Amino acid sequence: MKARVFITLKSGVLDPQGKAIHHALEGLGFSGVNDVRAGKLIELDLADGTSDSDIEDMCRKLLANTVIENFRIERLENA
Amino acid sequence: MKSAVIVFPGSNCDRDLAVGLEQVTGRKPAMVWHKDAELPEGVDFVGIPGGFSYGDYLRSGAMAARSPVMRAVADAASRGVPVIGICNGFQVLTEAGLLPGALMRNAGLSFVCRPVRLRVENSQSLFTSQYDSGEEVLFPVAHHDGNYQADEATLDRLEGEGRVAFRYLDQCNGSARNIAGIVNDAGNVLGLMPHPERAVEPAHGGTDGRRLFEGLFETVSA
Repeated sequence: MKARVFITLKSGVLDPQGKAIHHALEGLGFSGVNDVRAGKLIELDLADGTSDSDIEDMCRKLLANTVIENFRIERLENA
Repeated sequence: MKSAVIVFPGSNCDRDLAVGLEQVTGRKPAMVWHKDAELPEGVDFVGIPGGFSYGDYLRSGAMAARSPVMRAVADAASRGVPVIGICNGFQVLTEAGLLPGALMRNAGLSFVCRPVRLRVENSQSLFTSQYDSGEEVLFPVAHHDGNYQADEATLDRLEGEGRVAFRYLDQCNGSARNIAGIVNDAGNVLGLMPHPERAVEPAHGGTDGRRLFEGLFETVSA
């Protein structure tokens, strides 16, 4: 069983990397980009039967820093 | 003073800290590897050095904060043993939950490496007793992720309780309220981005950092 964890900065937290990407996109001539926020995607290959709460525990204890980051878990049941 | 310096894979200021501590205390600190689950018996000071522990993987300090030795450091801190985290050590302490807030990528995105002027905000702490409140000091910084952030309520509490130990006099990395260093609520854990151990002897270009270790030594030895 596989799961994906998406880690994003909480809204209101300044994202200098997102800002730099935004500037670079504008520099390449892409107009109409209102904002860019950068995050992380972590793919987990898990033993069958790993519960949602186990994955949430992993996120809270290590994968995300909940002071500044949110996380979202996506299970890929058939992967 | 029986001190310990924690060494992670990727630490690079461990020796500077050890040399500074030995100069001030006259005693070599124990160098404790991250896989050790215990600190040496009777340790009365723990230093977490700067560097790039675990290659800054995931987030700066994130892996180090979960290493076996950090459980022992957290135990020691809860018993009141003074703990100081410098630069990457500050990141490790926030990731371990021993200090509030988080250190994010510098607002200007650049690695900042230069001496910076700081104001000692509170001379009553265990670590700042040899300074005057409001005194200006010069410590070097060298970091990419030194942008201190916490929610407004936490920042207000830190300010209100006199827990901001050092503040940048000039904007350095985007830190909220120009915070450079904070202590925990019990006052025995200090985290700061600037490097006092790189300002210990005249050859460093300044000796403003020396008094931090001298003050600590005096308090611990008393």
